[in-house]
Amino acid sequence: MADPTTYLSHLELGEPDKTFLDSNELIINMGPQHPATHGVLRVILKLDGEKVLGTECVIGYLHRGVEKIAENRTYTMFNPYVDRMDYVAAVSNGLGYCEAVEKLLNIEAPPRARYIRVILTELNRLASHQLWLGTHALDIGAMTPLFYTFRDREEILKIFEKYCGARLTTHAFRIGGCQYETYDGFERDVKKFLDFVPPRIDEYEELLTTNRIWVERTKNVGKISAADCKALGVTGPVLRASGVKWDIRKALPYAAYPEFDFEIPTGANGDTYDRYMVRMQEMRQSLRIVRQAVERIPEGPIMAKVPKVMKPPAGEIYHSIEAPKGELGYFVVSDGSTQPYRVRVRPPSFVNLQALDIMVRGQLVADVIAVIGTLDIVLGEVDR
Amino acid sequence: MPEQTKSPTPPSGDPNPPAGQATTGSAHSTPAHKLPEKPAAPAKPAGPVPVPWQSPLVSKLKAQYGSGVREANTYLGQNYLVLEPSITNEVLQILRDEEQFDYCVDITAVHYPQREKPFDLVWILYSFARNERLRVKTMLADGESFPSSVAIWPTANWLEREVYDMFGIKFDGHPDLKRILLPDGWKGYPLRKDYGIIQQDQEWVRINLGIESGQ
Repeated sequence: MADPTTYLSHLELGEPDKTFLDSNELIINMGPQHPATHGVLRVILKLDGEKVLGTECVIGYLHRGVEKIAENRTYTMFNPYVDRMDYVAAVSNGLGYCEAVEKLLNIEAPPRARYIRVILTELNRLASHQLWLGTHALDIGAMTPLFYTFRDREEILKIFEKYCGARLTTHAFRIGGCQYETYDGFERDVKKFLDFVPPRIDEYEELLTTNRIWVERTKNVGKISAADCKALGVTGPVLRASGVKWDIRKALPYAAYPEFDFEIPTGANGDTYDRYMVRMQEMRQSLRIVRQAVERIPEGPIMAKVPKVMKPPAGEIYHSIEAPKGELGYFVVSDGSTQPYRVRVRPPSFVNLQALDIMVRGQLVADVIAVIGTLDIVLGEVDR
Repeated sequence: MPEQTKSPTPPSGDPNPPAGQATTGSAHSTPAHKLPEKPAAPAKPAGPVPVPWQSPLVSKLKAQYGSGVREANTYLGQNYLVLEPSITNEVLQILRDEEQFDYCVDITAVHYPQREKPFDLVWILYSFARNERLRVKTMLADGESFPSSVAIWPTANWLEREVYDMFGIKFDGHPDLKRILLPDGWKGYPLRKDYGIIQQDQEWVRINLGIESGQ
C-alpha cells in the first residue's frame, strides 16, 4: 500500500496541547474494515485524548468505475448498473437514470407508470430509512431497533420481489416506463402494508425518541448549520434537519409528485437528534404519498413509445431526484449514438460525507460513529 | 403477390418512409463531437434544439464580458452558459455573490479527444432563492490548469479532486489536490477516452496486490 503518511498532508501535526498529562496528539486509523463505518470507509482521526482535532476520509475501496462502464454500454444495458451504487435504495437510482434518459429522448412515461414509480420509490425510501435507523441505533448501542426495522423492511422487499423478482437490486423501471404491470393483488399488498407499518414506526419511536441514552448520545452531536450545509452541498435529510425546507420533490418536481399532498419535515438545530426526527417523519410522509398513489392509480399503458434502438439526439441533460440520501443527479451527454458519451452521477453520499470533518471537530471519538451513522452514507455510492 | 401489391402503391407507401428518414437523418447529421450544437436545421420538428436563453443575467454578463460569453442557450428546458476559460472563474464568483447561486451541485468534465481543446469542464449550480438551476461550461486544453473554486464553494474540494483523479485536470489553489477514488500511486486518468475499459496500472497492481492482473 501507499505510505499512510501521505494521507495526512492537511492534518498539520503541530505542537501538542499542554494538558496536565502533557499528552501528545495521536493519529489513529478507523476502518476500512470497521462495523460502524457502514462499508469500507477509512477515516484517519487526529485526536487529543478523546477529542477529535481533525479527520480525513480515505475512500475508493469500492470503486468499480461505473461512469466508465456507462460509456461502454448502451443506454438500456447501463440501466441495471445504477442499482449497484446505492444498493439499499436501488429503485431511486433507477428512477433518476430512466428519467434523465427519457428527458434526453424527449419522451415521458405514461401516468400509470409514473404512479407505479412513485409507489415503489417511496416504499424504497421507507426501506432505506428503516435500514438506516436499525444500523444507526446499533452503532450507538441500541440493539433492539435493528431487529424491528429489518423485520418490517422485509415486507417491503417482499412487495419488490413479487413485483419484479428481485429484492435489492431491483431494476424495476425501464427507460420510457415500467417493464412489468403490477401483479394481481399489488394494491391489496401495498394497502395491507400501509395499515401494518404505522404502529411499527410508533414502536421504533417508543424505543428511542425519549430514551435518555439515545437523547444524550444524539442531542447537540454533529451539529451543522444551514449555511455550512449549502456551502458544502449537503442535501437530503441532513440539510432539512438544519432548517432548510428544500426537497426536490417539491422544488423541481418529477414523476407524479406534483399530484400528491405531503409535507417536508424540517428540524431546527441540525444535530443528530433532529436528523433522526426528520427521517422518522419522512417515513410517515412516504406512507402518505404511497396511500394517495395506490388509491388513485390510473389505468392505462405502462410504457411510452420507445424505439428499440435508443439514439438520443446529441445534447446534454442534468436531471436529479430526491433520493433517500439527498440529491441524486445524472448528467448524461449524448453524441447521437446508441451509447452514452458520458454519464456523470452526482452521488448524495459522496458529497454529504465531505461534511463529516466539520461535524466532528471538537467532539468525542464516540461521536464520530454517531455522525457517520446520521449522515446515512452508502459506500457503494460514495465510491461508485 | 404481397410483394407486387407493395411496390405499386407509391401514394400510400411513400409519405411515411421519408418522414422517418428525415428524423433519423437529422439525428445523424449533427456532428458527433461538437456540442452544444447550433440549431443546424431550423425546419426540423423532430429533435429539440438549443434556443437562445434571454434573461437579465445573460444581458448583464454579455454587457460585462462581451464575446467572453460564447453561448447562452436553453436546451430541453435547461439553461447553460459556455464561457471563455479566462473569465469563467470570475463569472462563477459573480454567480455566487450577486446572483445567489449558492449551491454548487456538481463539478465534472467531459473528454473530446478530437477537439483542439479536448476538455469540457462543467459546473452545475443551483440557487435556493431563485429555485433555478444553471450549467456553466468552459473548454480547456490538455495540461491546462484551472483556478480552483474551493474558495467560492467549499464543496468543490472533493468534486475537483475527483475531476483531477479521473481526467487529470489540475486546479490551481486547491488546498489538497490528490487522487480521491483511485490509489495515490496510480498512473493514468480512467475517464479519458483513450483509457481502455479494461486498462489498468499493471505496475501498481503487481507491486501492491502481488498479482499479474486485476482483470
